[in-house]
Amino acid sequence: MQTFLEQLFIGLSLGSILLIVALGLTFTFGQMGVINMAHGELIMAGAYVPYVLQTKVGGALGGRAGLAFLAALPIGFAVAGALGLVMERTVLARMVDRPLDTLLVTFGISLMLQQAARDLFGASNVEVVAPSWLSGRWELLGVVMPHSRLFIIALVAVLVGLVSAFLSTRPEGRRMRAVMQNRDLAAISGLSTRRVDATTFFLGSGLAGVAGVAVTLIGSIGSQVGAGYIIDAFLVVIVGGLGKMRGTIIAAFGLGMLNAFSEYWTSASLGKAILFIAVIAFLQFRPNGLVSFQTRGLTG
Amino acid sequence: MTATTALAPASAAGPAWMPWARRAALALGVVLIMAGPNLIGDPTRTRQWAEYLCYAMIAVGLDLAWGYGGMLALGQGVFFGLGAYAMGMYLTLEQVEPGQLPQFMSLYSDYTELPLLWRPFGSLWFATAAAVLVPTLLAAAVGWLVFRRRIRGPYFALLTQAATLVFWLLLVGQLKLTAGTNGLTNFTTIFGRNKYQPDTNKFLYYLAAAGLVACVVVARQLVNSRFGRLLVAVRDGEDRVRFLGYDPALVKTAAFAVAAGMAGLAGALSAPVIGIVAPNQFAVLPSILMIVWVAVGGRGTIYGPLVGALAVSWLRTRVSETRPEDWEYFQGLLFVIVVALVPGGLAGLLVSLRNRLGARLGAGGTAADGPVGASPAATAPATAAVAE
Repeated sequence: MQTFLEQLFIGLSLGSILLIVALGLTFTFGQMGVINMAHGELIMAGAYVPYVLQTKVGGALGGRAGLAFLAALPIGFAVAGALGLVMERTVLARMVDRPLDTLLVTFGISLMLQQAARDLFGASNVEVVAPSWLSGRWELLGVVMPHSRLFIIALVAVLVGLVSAFLSTRPEGRRMRAVMQNRDLAAISGLSTRRVDATTFFLGSGLAGVAGVAVTLIGSIGSQVGAGYIIDAFLVVIVGGLGKMRGTIIAAFGLGMLNAFSEYWTSASLGKAILFIAVIAFLQFRPNGLVSFQTRGLTG
Repeated sequence: MTATTALAPASAAGPAWMPWARRAALALGVVLIMAGPNLIGDPTRTRQWAEYLCYAMIAVGLDLAWGYGGMLALGQGVFFGLGAYAMGMYLTLEQVEPGQLPQFMSLYSDYTELPLLWRPFGSLWFATAAAVLVPTLLAAAVGWLVFRRRIRGPYFALLTQAATLVFWLLLVGQLKLTAGTNGLTNFTTIFGRNKYQPDTNKFLYYLAAAGLVACVVVARQLVNSRFGRLLVAVRDGEDRVRFLGYDPALVKTAAFAVAAGMAGLAGALSAPVIGIVAPNQFAVLPSILMIVWVAVGGRGTIYGPLVGALAVSWLRTRVSETRPEDWEYFQGLLFVIVVALVPGGLAGLLVSLRNRLGARLGAGGTAADGPVGASPAATAPATAAVAE
């Protein structure tokens, strides 16, 4: 029972990390259909933001690591969002009808961004100082819950809440949904789909930046930090189904739990293999993911 | 329609001297490959070119899946790796006396005798057959499961990439069987020859060249057959092919399996050439780089990917020998420039050059019946069809 609860918490924590890295993808991949392989490097860019704030501009913040970390959340959003926006405007907007080629081009961009990070910040990994109020831990029913992990769970809950509110109440959010559900009809109704695409991509990229700031709490960061998450993140979106956040949320926590338990029963590498086989098996039953739009079109 | 014309055999159109030019180029290519070791001279370089020839095999196979079949397979490293490990296991066992354990096993494991998985790999024939058949059958099984459920496009690409990650993790994790990150190495005796003898490199080079020729012959036969036409048709309009009564899943699975078999053969031939079989050779990044070979040479052509693999690999050696950091940027730029701006690759450039030349000379085909895909304007819709 004790170990079960422990694995349950690990699964919840893994799920929240998967969700936070995949959340941005539900916009860029799920809504726009752009396979942005450089999403991982947007995460990386976000992860370097608290590092830069703490080491380079630490003096202005009075050397307070915690304040720098909190400030990094919105700044990381802006930095990664801006980076994504530049990518969308310069490259992706020109390749709208070539999704597979977009995958390859963004992969090339991700390689260049990784090398740029190595040139800027050095090849070795760096540490971000976690705020002192996140270094403690709680114990509940014998399960040790580090504050940092709880913080990520809380952060992802807040983000999901903010994003859903944005999508359902703000006019910009409603326009995004309109373009996602029927691009041609939205264009005919007078929406500038190009502008909406830019907004969507900015939002998705910005969320990657916030995820980057969050993952600095888990371990050291380097040029590979985003690449380590990207494949899992895409799996989450595929399993969840495109277009709806609900599917992504269920998929993230489902895969997180499965990962935690299969790794506990076998080993880290075998656990991952089991996870992958489970995904393939799942897609046999629901090729379009958990939650998908009903369509009468042939090419779903 | 555009896509079919764009990627159809170029011999169908063009000026009258074209078939002769093609034959001459082909003959020159064969002579160059055969005379390779004598032209290169240096044994180390010969070995490197043998490695590139193995990569060309992968590219030829991958082009069947991606160029002709429209399946963006980002997991060829898995099949390449399976082939390499099959041969690597044979070579490892060749170094030890019968009944003895490979060195790494006595270090990492408590095996007292050879594990069951390793035993048959004492035979060269078994190892070679396994190197080709295991990837082929695995690809057939996975492909059938995936294509049957009409999982395609980006989803297929991302799944193959995830498979590569899992494969890498398993290789690293199953230390007792695979020697982990270090990999299988120290092959001093290769097929009964001493590694340090200079003509061993030559021998391996010709072995790789023979493998490449075999792959090209198989690819040519497939592409020019009814199956090849069906494959291109599936790429350009899967649903239409289904309405005509064919099963696209079967066609795609077959092409994917052949591509995997070629990657497996390349792996088997590359293991003695490279001299080490380690997980990092088969990770996510090298697997996706294989796509660049095909893209640079020209997807949907037989010889383009071959040339692309040789050229990119050669360039890689040259650049990373002098400026290793720059290669990372270069590699990334290559992806962006080739895929975004020159989707036809070198072959596409050649065709558009030929058309311009043909138009100027006024001989044979006019611009109207030349391959449409050659002009930049028409290439975009062609690749859009590929991308579906």
